[in-house]
Amino acid sequence: MISDYAWLIPALPAVSAVLTLLFGKKMKGKGAEFGITALGLAFILAVLVAVEVFSANVQAVADLEEYHATHGAEDDHGDEAGHADEAEEAHADEVSLSSLDGIMVAAVGIENLNLAAEGGDAIEIPEGISSFLNEDSLSLGSLGADFEIEAGQRIDGLAAMMFLLVTFVSLMVHIYSTGYMKGEPRYTYYFTLLSLFTMSMLIMVIANNMLQLLVGWELVGVCSFLLIGFYWEGRSNQHAAQKAFLTTKFGDVGLMVGVVSLWAQFGTFNIGHMIDMATHGEQAGGAELSTGMLTFGLISLFIGAIGKSAQFPLQTWLPDAMAGPTPVSALIHAATMVTAGIFMVARIYPVYQLSPAALSVIAVIGAITLFSMGFLALVQDDIKRVLAYSTVSQLGYMVAALAFSYTAGIFHLFTHGFFKALLFLGSGSVIHAVHSNNMEDMGGLRKYMPVTFWTWIVGTLALAAVFPLSGFWSKDEVLAGAFTQMGYTGNLVWILGGLGGFVTAFYMARATTMTFFGTYRGKIDETHPAPHESPGSMKYPLILLSVLAALIGFINLPFDQFHPTGFAAWTMFSLEYFEGHPAHFYFSLAGGSTIAALLGLGLGYLMYREYKRPAEDPFNNLGLVTTVLQRKYFLDDLYSGLIMTTIRDRISPAVYWINDNVIDRVVYLAGTSTRAVGRGLYKTVDQKGIDGLVNGAGMGANWTGGLVKFAQSGNVQFYAGAMFIGVFVFAVLFAAAA
Amino acid sequence: MLTVFPLAFSALLFCLGVYGVLARRNAVLVLMSVEMMLAAVTINLVTFGALGATNGDVILTGQIFALFVLAVGAAEVGVGLAIILLLYRNRASVNIDDADLMRY
Repeated sequence: MISDYAWLIPALPAVSAVLTLLFGKKMKGKGAEFGITALGLAFILAVLVAVEVFSANVQAVADLEEYHATHGAEDDHGDEAGHADEAEEAHADEVSLSSLDGIMVAAVGIENLNLAAEGGDAIEIPEGISSFLNEDSLSLGSLGADFEIEAGQRIDGLAAMMFLLVTFVSLMVHIYSTGYMKGEPRYTYYFTLLSLFTMSMLIMVIANNMLQLLVGWELVGVCSFLLIGFYWEGRSNQHAAQKAFLTTKFGDVGLMVGVVSLWAQFGTFNIGHMIDMATHGEQAGGAELSTGMLTFGLISLFIGAIGKSAQFPLQTWLPDAMAGPTPVSALIHAATMVTAGIFMVARIYPVYQLSPAALSVIAVIGAITLFSMGFLALVQDDIKRVLAYSTVSQLGYMVAALAFSYTAGIFHLFTHGFFKALLFLGSGSVIHAVHSNNMEDMGGLRKYMPVTFWTWIVGTLALAAVFPLSGFWSKDEVLAGAFTQMGYTGNLVWILGGLGGFVTAFYMARATTMTFFGTYRGKIDETHPAPHESPGSMKYPLILLSVLAALIGFINLPFDQFHPTGFAAWTMFSLEYFEGHPAHFYFSLAGGSTIAALLGLGLGYLMYREYKRPAEDPFNNLGLVTTVLQRKYFLDDLYSGLIMTTIRDRISPAVYWINDNVIDRVVYLAGTSTRAVGRGLYKTVDQKGIDGLVNGAGMGANWTGGLVKFAQSGNVQFYAGAMFIGVFVFAVLFAAAA
Repeated sequence: MLTVFPLAFSALLFCLGVYGVLARRNAVLVLMSVEMMLAAVTINLVTFGALGATNGDVILTGQIFALFVLAVGAAEVGVGLAIILLLYRNRASVNIDDADLMRY
């Protein structure tokens, strides 16, 4: 089985990172060839693994379907009918019912999981039919019976999908960077970091236990920090790197608390064991799960995701992270690392399904993020920052989707990875041509760089969710998942999500128009040549990505006949949790959101067709609203202004005073008193008592020796005489005794 | 057989030897006195060996032992005289009071 060698996928970039660091500068391509070769091989391996995993999963669904077609008719007939009825009651507006509806009912949403958890009414899954799973691990030692540290792999649909996404985008970014970073003094260092990052991300993706996931999680954080601060000569870039690191670290505290409290519940870090126990509603030792503790742990974990995946209210670091090189923004801060939080939730999704409270928190945070962050893109002049806020908002869609549907969340993750990487690389191509991030200096680039323009348009339409590009299918699935669920959170998400689609389309139209339409606003003279199309190394990744961004949505069409063979089946968590659907397709919802997107695009184009300088921009002239948007909802002011200054100016001095006057005093007192006691002991007990005994023993021996030494006269006759006297005395004594 | 004479003679000879060993200062004379003590012991052996013979059966154990002692004595004189000779070469004296290197 090729998936036995899946561990090579993270190992290849690891090797390339080491080789690039050691030999990169001596190579012809300055080290880039190592990364490209390794990622190319890793991508091929990822494709092979994906083919194996996906086809096995499709086969499992087909087997199950066949089993129920033949067995269900005989003995489970009543049961099946019952399920079908339930299904019709619950989802009366469903488009049609296929023979798989039984499975759908078993797995869709929370109440169905409860069925599975009680072990009663869920759809019967016979022995021998199961989804693909290849889990293997190496024990690195254990502390006690239930604290085992492992390094392992857990290859299933989710991991295979992430392998595809990460290795492909990373390969594209590696190739692209050879053009974009050309002439950069720290070129080799840059490629080392890229490979290192890819390795870290893949270590996290391949993890079969929470500790390894945590290790990968922190490693990508470090690589992100190093790459944001890549141009470390600039003070603001240093600050951006520190801000990103510390903000995500703040979330990571939650993650660690979550990992530990899940361990306290389940007594294991192994994801497979945790999910088995969760399915049976057990905790370590077989007792029943405590929902309260579990919810606490899951929400703590999600706080880690809030930090890493830039959710409200910890999203402030992501726009600042644009200080890094643009390909890095594409790879780390759009396509891969920021989806770590979504991946983590999806990785233990069955456990999350046990806690409706945690899922509600996820839905609400996602809804707030997806809706509120889009507006911030309206007042940005930096093309990368527009995309950054768009990323935050799209991450909000993924997070919100996870609250309702596993497939919807990771499907949006997958498509977004492609089209957002495309958009960032496109913006990099523009920045490369005009040497500025600011959209004021652009305009009219459509004529100068046609390839960049057309690929950018594909990305924009995909992001704006225009039929039939990938973003349309995945966003529709998010909204449909929420719509099916209804309830407070479901309604919140689909309404805000639909409105957010309009905002997304609008700001993308604004950015596109300002960048590519109108006339070029930069200077063109002898020293400033006209902008030109980027070199092939940058162009071809754009073209490849744009093809994928356009077409990748077709792997998961929301119509019934594709259910058992599409993305949902490929990446299913397991048959027990197979959703068997890309939600349900609602023409009203899909049509409505498409109309919203087209409206947004049209309105944006019309409003910005005449270029408006920032001062004339209508969104910069809305008084209070503008202030709120430009100050990013005051979150930065809250963090750096209120919280930081309070801590620095009030709390820190107070704590320092306590440290100085209370803790240090106690420590000093303990020190001086110990020293006094020690000195006293030295003078009395040691010097007088113990040394007296030792010296006394020596002197006694010396004195007695002085007395008896005269016996040793050296005179043989004296010795002989003494001997004779002795023998004589003994002889007399023996004689007397006899 | 009357054994008191040879035994008394042996005791006398042994006491002379002891006296010689303790009182003499000349190493050669001390060695000679040691030989006298050895001779006294040999006489004792022969005497008690003869005493063991009853009813005309002669037991030769004592006599044979005496011969061994004589042989050992001869060897001892050899060794002893060699030591004295070396002592003399080093110290130009055979006075055993001079050989007191082992004193405190």
